[in-house]
Amino acid sequence: MAERILKLNRTNVLGALALTGVLGLTLGTLIAVALRADGAGAFGPADWAAIRFTLWQAALSAVISVILAIPVARALARRSFPGRGFLITLLGAPFILPVIVAVLGLLAVFGRNGIVSQTLIWAGLEPISIYGLHGVVIAHVFFNLPLATRLILQGWLTIPAERFRLAASLGFGPDDIQRVLERPMLRGVLPGALLVIFLICLTSFAVALALGGGPRATTVELAIYQAFRFDFDLGKAALLALVQFAMGATAALIALRVAVPGGIGTGLDRAVRRWDGGIALVLQDVLCIGFATLFLVLPLTMILLDGAPGLVRLPHPVLWAAGRSILVALASVILTLSLALPIAALAVRHRSRLVEGIGTLTIAASPLVIGTGLFIVIFPLADPFALALPVTALVNAAMALPFALRVIVPVLAGIETDYGPLADQMGLTGTARFRHLWLPRLRRPLGFTAGLAGALSMGDLGVIAMFADPERATLPLQLYRLMGAYRMEDAAAAALLLLMLSLLMFWAFDKGGRVDADA
Amino acid sequence: MKTLSFVAGALMATTAGAETLTVYTYDSFVSDWGPGPAVKEAFEADCGCDLKFVSVGDGAEILSRLRLEGTRSDADVVLGLDTNLTAAARDTGLFAPHALGETDWTLPIAWEDDTFIPFDWGYFAFVYDTEKVSNPPKSFAELIASDLSIVIQDPRSSTPGLGLLLWVKSVFGDKAGEAWAGLNDQVVTVTKGWSEAYGMFLEGEADMVLSYTTSPAYHLIAEEDASKAAAAFSDGHYLQVEVAAKVATTDQPDLADQFLAFVASDTFQSIIPTTNWMYPAVTPSGGLPDGFETLIQPETALLLPEADAQDVRDEALAEWLSVSSN
Repeated sequence: MAERILKLNRTNVLGALALTGVLGLTLGTLIAVALRADGAGAFGPADWAAIRFTLWQAALSAVISVILAIPVARALARRSFPGRGFLITLLGAPFILPVIVAVLGLLAVFGRNGIVSQTLIWAGLEPISIYGLHGVVIAHVFFNLPLATRLILQGWLTIPAERFRLAASLGFGPDDIQRVLERPMLRGVLPGALLVIFLICLTSFAVALALGGGPRATTVELAIYQAFRFDFDLGKAALLALVQFAMGATAALIALRVAVPGGIGTGLDRAVRRWDGGIALVLQDVLCIGFATLFLVLPLTMILLDGAPGLVRLPHPVLWAAGRSILVALASVILTLSLALPIAALAVRHRSRLVEGIGTLTIAASPLVIGTGLFIVIFPLADPFALALPVTALVNAAMALPFALRVIVPVLAGIETDYGPLADQMGLTGTARFRHLWLPRLRRPLGFTAGLAGALSMGDLGVIAMFADPERATLPLQLYRLMGAYRMEDAAAAALLLLMLSLLMFWAFDKGGRVDADA
Repeated sequence: MKTLSFVAGALMATTAGAETLTVYTYDSFVSDWGPGPAVKEAFEADCGCDLKFVSVGDGAEILSRLRLEGTRSDADVVLGLDTNLTAAARDTGLFAPHALGETDWTLPIAWEDDTFIPFDWGYFAFVYDTEKVSNPPKSFAELIASDLSIVIQDPRSSTPGLGLLLWVKSVFGDKAGEAWAGLNDQVVTVTKGWSEAYGMFLEGEADMVLSYTTSPAYHLIAEEDASKAAAAFSDGHYLQVEVAAKVATTDQPDLADQFLAFVASDTFQSIIPTTNWMYPAVTPSGGLPDGFETLIQPETALLLPEADAQDVRDEALAEWLSVSSN
């Protein structure tokens, strides 16, 4: 009994420590920011414009992503073809794709000298411009169309195959199926999908930094950066940070109330057999899948083609930056796990949604807000610029935490339900319980989480842009600088390197989690 | 043991090594083709020290960076502010008076300043490709009436961007807002710094770019390409004088003074025209390089006095932000 209490205490203490850390990072920095914002001047028209633009582009990106995703998801749901499983896996890739790499790829496709514009010029039409609202939206759709497709596809796959069988025996055509089976399902799935994407686009920084076109296309996150770096106006930065947090928290609260489908589910390998439709529908589905694939694969192919030749003679600063990024990513992995495990343990032990909720707080907080807060807190004590890399690792870990908890908590809860009583009886507690009961069974989710955290951190261009100088640049920042200096060959090569490192980071951890896991 | 002696050796190397002078400047100054490498080599040969350039974005970002770092800054010298920023820079109290004696500046204006010394100057202008733009605008009004696309810089981060802001304000006065409303339709994007904007122009993303009357000299002399030209505006051209100054909290005051004296010297000044592609602040003994005589000479030079520039900046910036964010 005494041991039981001791064990409980350990879970409680570690969990409480981790929770305090998260609260400090989110609410603590927010308080620091709020104190600083006190007495700041009122918002000018440009600040209101930034707020309007942020909401507008997020709404537009969400709606377009979801509308485009519906036919793609339907096509994937009702067709079975070789490579379908791979394609669905590929739809998960943009999640760990560094934003700045994708932006470079999109420039190669949609920029003035990109494939699309060149084709338009060749056809005697006006080339398109990727700067401003449409550029930001294109980039967001690129990232979120796959996510939307996966979310909606899950919805489709929840319709039991038997229903379609029944529909076929009742002689339903495609329209009837849509009316009776698919639309009710979409009504359930779409609001959640829209909100998740809206929330993601709300905190967009790197995309707006690279593709925003001046005051007309500035997100609040970018405005925080500008107030900070351009105007040295900490009060304004703080005020904007509060607005950003309020927007994020509101959207997150609404999203929690609406049933949000699982974000990164896996294992959707089964096509429902369908009896409706003819060659026209097949053609439509082929076109949908084809276009979506092209839209996703083309920018990455361009990175591969443009980047490969320069890969062998990358300038030294890029290699140093890559080294720094690897260290930051590894530190972020360790931090993520040392926050996620105690919080998950606490949440499972007390069956507390609140604990998990606090752990997911960072989804509403923005990296730039946390960065501003940390700057304000650190500045009187030490040189914030010297701490750029540790701060980046910490903020990256905080950002990865919600995803980590989402993956770990259900598995841990399952373990405790299945084996908990037995383990208690046997007196398997403390480190022993962790090593012999949890670790072997958590290996896969831990590997997946570590891979996710590592890849996200590897590709992050957020808080580092606020703090870093050239000597402490990470690879994404170095890449952004090369793009700024229009050294496109080096930029493409650096982008390819970053892409490979991110994927490698994910693959290595995820693979590591699978070793022996099935034994 | 081996490791230990290696570490000891490394430590010795850093402590016994030469003194380091840290200079904050803008991106294009330290780029491979900019003045940075030649300046570093020449000064290091002279001082027996280490000259370290730190590039912090465009000119206006240097000042905010210094304010962010405050008294904790590593910077000894700042190079790349201009007269539109000197008032704000002076107000921070972060800069110290220089030790430079009387100098025979060859600037279009008289120079008297105890803190900031000029290192080069030029006129802002819109640069275009003569093979693509056959009928360049001869004034802002013509530019606004045309359908030429332009790329400009953010006045909050970039000194050319700020220069354009004050240029438009000097030409249009109370009507500057309307001028911006007309101009904005042609703006492809507003970049953070000059390098980004000029790169975009060279990549063909816009017909014209805000740069300097001296920019075509780069293409003419370094690339033997006579196709780039600056559009001469009858409204007059805004003048930029780029300055350097010693940081008050420097731990290398003597080296900093030595560097500022070097900036005014013939060696530094003769590097400037064909690397920074600006007019030198003191015409070097060899005169200006061949090709500079082909550049347009503005009929009217516009420049707001330092004190006015600061007030006008705040007003014009609010106006620009308001018009441009719609």
